[in-house]
Amino acid sequence: MITKFAGSCRALALSLGVIGCAATAMPAMAVDFTGAGATFPAPAYTAWAAEYKAKAGSSLNYQAIGSGGGQTQIINRTVDFGASDAPVPEEKLVANKLLQFPTVIGSVVPIVNLDGVKADEIKLSATVLADIYLGKVTKWNDKAIADLNAGVKLPDLAILPVYRADGSGTTYVFTTYLADVSADWKGKVGANTAVKWPVGDGAKGNDGVAGTVKNTKGAIGYVEYVYAAANALTTTQLQNKAGKFVGPTVEGFKAAASAADWDHSKNFAASMINTAGDTAWPIVSATFILLPKDPKDAAASAEVMKFFNWAYTSGDELADKLHYIALPKDVKDRVRAAWAAEIKDASGAPIFK
Amino acid sequence: MTLETMADGPEGAATLSGPGRSLTSSRGAKVDIAFRFALYASGILVLVVIGAIMVQLFFGGLPALLAFGFEFFTSTEWDPVSDQYGAGVMLYGTLVTSVLALLFSVPASLGIAFFLTEVAPIPTRKPIGIAVQLLAAVPSIIYGMWGFFVVAPIMKEYVQPILIDGLSWLPVIGYIFAGPAKGTGIFTTSLILALMILPFMTSMYVEVLESVPGVIKEASYGVGSTTWEVFTTVSVPYGRTAIIGATMLGLGRALGETMAVAFVVGNAARISTSIFASGATISSQLANNFNESLPGSLLQASLLELGFALFVISFLVLALARYLVRSRLQG
Repeated sequence: MITKFAGSCRALALSLGVIGCAATAMPAMAVDFTGAGATFPAPAYTAWAAEYKAKAGSSLNYQAIGSGGGQTQIINRTVDFGASDAPVPEEKLVANKLLQFPTVIGSVVPIVNLDGVKADEIKLSATVLADIYLGKVTKWNDKAIADLNAGVKLPDLAILPVYRADGSGTTYVFTTYLADVSADWKGKVGANTAVKWPVGDGAKGNDGVAGTVKNTKGAIGYVEYVYAAANALTTTQLQNKAGKFVGPTVEGFKAAASAADWDHSKNFAASMINTAGDTAWPIVSATFILLPKDPKDAAASAEVMKFFNWAYTSGDELADKLHYIALPKDVKDRVRAAWAAEIKDASGAPIFK
Repeated sequence: MTLETMADGPEGAATLSGPGRSLTSSRGAKVDIAFRFALYASGILVLVVIGAIMVQLFFGGLPALLAFGFEFFTSTEWDPVSDQYGAGVMLYGTLVTSVLALLFSVPASLGIAFFLTEVAPIPTRKPIGIAVQLLAAVPSIIYGMWGFFVVAPIMKEYVQPILIDGLSWLPVIGYIFAGPAKGTGIFTTSLILALMILPFMTSMYVEVLESVPGVIKEASYGVGSTTWEVFTTVSVPYGRTAIIGATMLGLGRALGETMAVAFVVGNAARISTSIFASGATISSQLANNFNESLPGSLLQASLLELGFALFVISFLVLALARYLVRSRLQG
């Protein structure tokens, strides 16, 4: 890559007598690198990449093709790193010699369409949310909902649960939460990137879910917080493990992230679902990067780690602006240690220094 | 479209063999051999591509067939969590939406076609014909978004409540129209599909109706037939087989339509007796799930098997259509 770039640069300089070419090549080690996978963190990666290119000269080509696609591509080594919303099982990481590490934290929030109901006005408990998606609670004025919402005028309106029709990390996080809080859900439906929904309508993507909810009075859906915040959707409060009703706030996500058990989690797959803590939002999850431990192209692999190291150090503010939650500092340090210890070049020497 | 190509055939052949000058020179002969070779190659390419797709889909879907047997095509279970897959819901959704779409679009297309060939004042025929053709130029995704953001809310607010109130009390068949008005679902999908296949079917019908000899129609008018009588006793019976064939070609299009359907069908892997409920079609299921399916997984094999099933259904429908259209043209 470097030689190719330098070659084309020389050719350009020769044929056109351009001087500026030398300037663009200034950061001597500019290495272009590629990644593919999860759509949820794509805005953060793209924003980071733009700033990183301005600073370090290397550019990232990230294809948001979905977590499944990201896993496939990195297993086939067609990209320098893969990205996945759902953590990859231990055996699969070992079999394919992959290191998994988190980058940012996101959360999933319920959204509703009810006349006269403001954002974060409706309170839902975990059981009620699961029962709505199970088709057991079918009307907004059901006693189960009314009991939680004294003072809110609830209409005699059918509930239309809306879910993601496409396989998605968002669904994985949401159904993991439902399975965690409801034995009924766990037994009847379970958790996955796509499940067999007992009731409701499917729509494609966060925008599809938000659109269907917007179209339909009485609908409830779930989207990434990033998406809900950017589009000012009507979110709800949820009851967390401590029994407190909390709205989806950055503080709540941070509380959930710091309550996660990073010490005892393998491959950084610490669960942030339904964590303890009075202020913790119950549906929080990290998104992950998959990096080969035996990279074919050591220079590109080094650049991937340099990029994420830069993002850890100076990317928090940018992530914040896009409504993502940065990782706790000690987790970042652990990831850096894992890079140094586990990613090695052909001679067995560590690539990340 | 296929009719046009067929009609072009003889003329094209005539122009090829017409100026025989170049054929006499040896250079011209060589060029002609090369040209013929290229033509054979492109013809064979089509067969190779079709064959390769079929083989690929078959072997890609084989694991699903081995795991579930022929029950795969009847089972209505689609559960990614327990890795159980069946095509029943999607087969049902595909057939119901396509057949309903035909119910809406056949009368409309036939009406437009007869209007264009018989009734419309000559100067207006071309503009209306072009307007119908323009409908075909609208990309599928636009129909999907329009269906989702414009048609579905209108259906939910105005159309479906009337239909549900007016029809769901009917004995025996009332349950078909029961249920809440959601906007999206099988019914709205069929309407959008009908609109999408309408231009194609209209242009086929126009060709069929134009092929009805003027003498017969004039004779019919001459003995005092009304326009309606000419339509029902002359034009339609004369072109009957080709009309059925053209309808089949429309059906073939509706079966495979993907993006627009994925927007409005509701994407629920359940069979419901109501036409206002949500469902799923083979193509919408593929579009929604293929991205996140891992290679070698049972999910991907099942999706490929679904694709194979759609391929076979479309193939049969198109083969039948071809047969009907062709026999008419020869006869």
